[in-house]
Amino acid sequence: MTKKRPIIPPAPRSALLPKCPTGIQGLDEITGGGLPRSRPTLVCGGAGCGKTLLAAEFLVRGAVQFHEPGVLMAFEETAGELNANVASLGFDLAGLVRRKKILVDYVHIEPGEIQESGDYDLEGLFVRINHAIDSIGAKRVVLDTLEALFSGLRNEAILRAELRRLFRWLKAKGVTAVITAERGREQLTRHGLEEYVSDCVILLDHRVNDQIATRHMRVVKYRGAMHGTNEFPFLIGENGLSVLPITSLALNHQVSNERIATGIPRLDAMLGGRGFFRGSSILLTGTPGTGKTIISANFAHAAARRGERVLFFSFEESPNQIIRNLHSIGLHLEPLVKRGLLRFHSARPSLYGLEMHLATMFKEIAEFQPHVVIVDPITSLMDAGTDSECKGMITRLIDYLKGGQVTTLFTSLTQGGHVLAQSEAAMSSLMDSWILLQDFQGNGERNRVLYVLKARGMAHSNQVREFLISDRGIDVVDAYIGTSGVLTGSARAAQESLEKAAVLASQQEAAQLEREVERKHAALERQIAAMRSDYETEAAELRRIADQVGTRTIVLGTDRAASGRLRQADIKAPTSPQVSPRNRKLPA
Amino acid sequence: MKTQTAKRPAAPPRRPPAKLWQLRLYVAGQSLRSRTALANLKAICESHLPGQYSILVIDLLKQPQLAKGDQILAVPTVVRQLPKPVRILIGTLSNTDCALVGLDLRAAG
Repeated sequence: MTKKRPIIPPAPRSALLPKCPTGIQGLDEITGGGLPRSRPTLVCGGAGCGKTLLAAEFLVRGAVQFHEPGVLMAFEETAGELNANVASLGFDLAGLVRRKKILVDYVHIEPGEIQESGDYDLEGLFVRINHAIDSIGAKRVVLDTLEALFSGLRNEAILRAELRRLFRWLKAKGVTAVITAERGREQLTRHGLEEYVSDCVILLDHRVNDQIATRHMRVVKYRGAMHGTNEFPFLIGENGLSVLPITSLALNHQVSNERIATGIPRLDAMLGGRGFFRGSSILLTGTPGTGKTIISANFAHAAARRGERVLFFSFEESPNQIIRNLHSIGLHLEPLVKRGLLRFHSARPSLYGLEMHLATMFKEIAEFQPHVVIVDPITSLMDAGTDSECKGMITRLIDYLKGGQVTTLFTSLTQGGHVLAQSEAAMSSLMDSWILLQDFQGNGERNRVLYVLKARGMAHSNQVREFLISDRGIDVVDAYIGTSGVLTGSARAAQESLEKAAVLASQQEAAQLEREVERKHAALERQIAAMRSDYETEAAELRRIADQVGTRTIVLGTDRAASGRLRQADIKAPTSPQVSPRNRKLPA
Repeated sequence: MKTQTAKRPAAPPRRPPAKLWQLRLYVAGQSLRSRTALANLKAICESHLPGQYSILVIDLLKQPQLAKGDQILAVPTVVRQLPKPVRILIGTLSNTDCALVGLDLRAAG
């Protein structure tokens, strides 16, 4: 019995709650597209949380980006004050007012000035708002801060009834409204306005943690729509508000296969021979004095020498101090600074909160458009916020930089002893490469070693290398690995000279053997020469004897014939032919 | 209301007789509330300021732009333009005691 279950068709896109984009960085992300269109939204928070600025930015961006004119009913600040306040965020409110994109109506309420007698309603306010909306065809309305009415009018029953009517009326009017209200003690707003505005409630908060103030935003309620329910840090920068929705960030960066050199050839060799990937994030961890800044400055120097722009955020040293210190190891950064390829940004971590640091960094990065960013050290910033805040901030920063294919090097200071602090282990998951600097102590000295802990996407060396800092820069050398562990410093030097001596000895031995061979050869040659001269002498002697023998034979024959003639005897002619001794061949 | 009329003889010597009271009554349409307010205002003026007042009725539904000038929020609103200082009184003026305080007509008492 298989009954076909009726399929609930998904709601068509148009049937979903229409949204009104605010244009505020990050806010549209966490609300899934903006505030509910044609409905009122309540923004509440304590003093100085940025309610008015949020509302004003909503209007200004509406007018500029979305061509929706807006009305600002200001109950607390005059038009002049508002102009000045939002001008600090880079908004030209006065200009928009002149061009009839925005209308600012200052509603003055002097507490205690108004006497009441008998029944009344707020039709006057309705008329004013209506007139303002109609005169510029407004689609957006801001009421800031409506609760000022409570100080001017004493009959709360009438006021509440009229507020209820006002919100209904705004909805009927079809405008997207933002109503700001002061945070109350036990409820969201001091006068319980949330009772009347039920579509969307945004809570702003400004609190101090460890003496550092951070603003947070939370969408408490958003009827009929998905929204981020977390508390998001936000900041008020020079370009308005920006909410940092960490949890909603997606992982879909473009990646590059291009590799860039580190400025230290041996380190490149350790990283698959060609250095880091462009656009990757690199973590350089080390205990104090292990040379983090020097390695990062080397990287910066190499990049700037290639003609790339490098932005160096320093949270420990002033630019001049860095330049001077690196001068001592043969790195000359000031010409690169002068050519505009290298820029330093130094700030004390405790100068302001984490969000403000992030905003400043974003601003610098947007202005300078660097290829390489160095943050030295990121751990200093951790003091400016909690761990999770810091991780969020780094995520945000890395995300931003990766989106722009910017290679980022973070240095991280580890406290002595414990190599991997908890926060670093957490942070490392965000990093593509991780290089660890450590110092080895022993034999009355301290030596630096370096190794690649991880390097995503490349074959990398698993070797521990010693690196030396001299007035000629950084030199990475092989560390000796012996039975007693890694040998560094003078132990390594001792090992080196031992090996050198051994080599020298064998070289000497070889030379000696060579000489011996030569000597023997010479002796042999001498012997051969002596034997040859003996033979020559002997041969000459033998020839002389042979000659003598020949001559004697002829002489004998001649003598015999002569004596025969003397004795008158017949002489038989000699039968054998005469051979000259000179022509006789000797056996070789 | 009757008790207030008893004080009428005391009022004239306090004010210069030539002084003219200029009052504006802001309303929104010809509602019952608007009519009540106008009737109450007239009655108060007649009893306290006979012959030395003028009332200008402004209907905000017809002239909404005028709401801004006198910072009108509630209707009906009575604005005492003259004598200075400007005083603002809201409501139908059904509570005469409050209305007289609001218009500064009882201060002499």
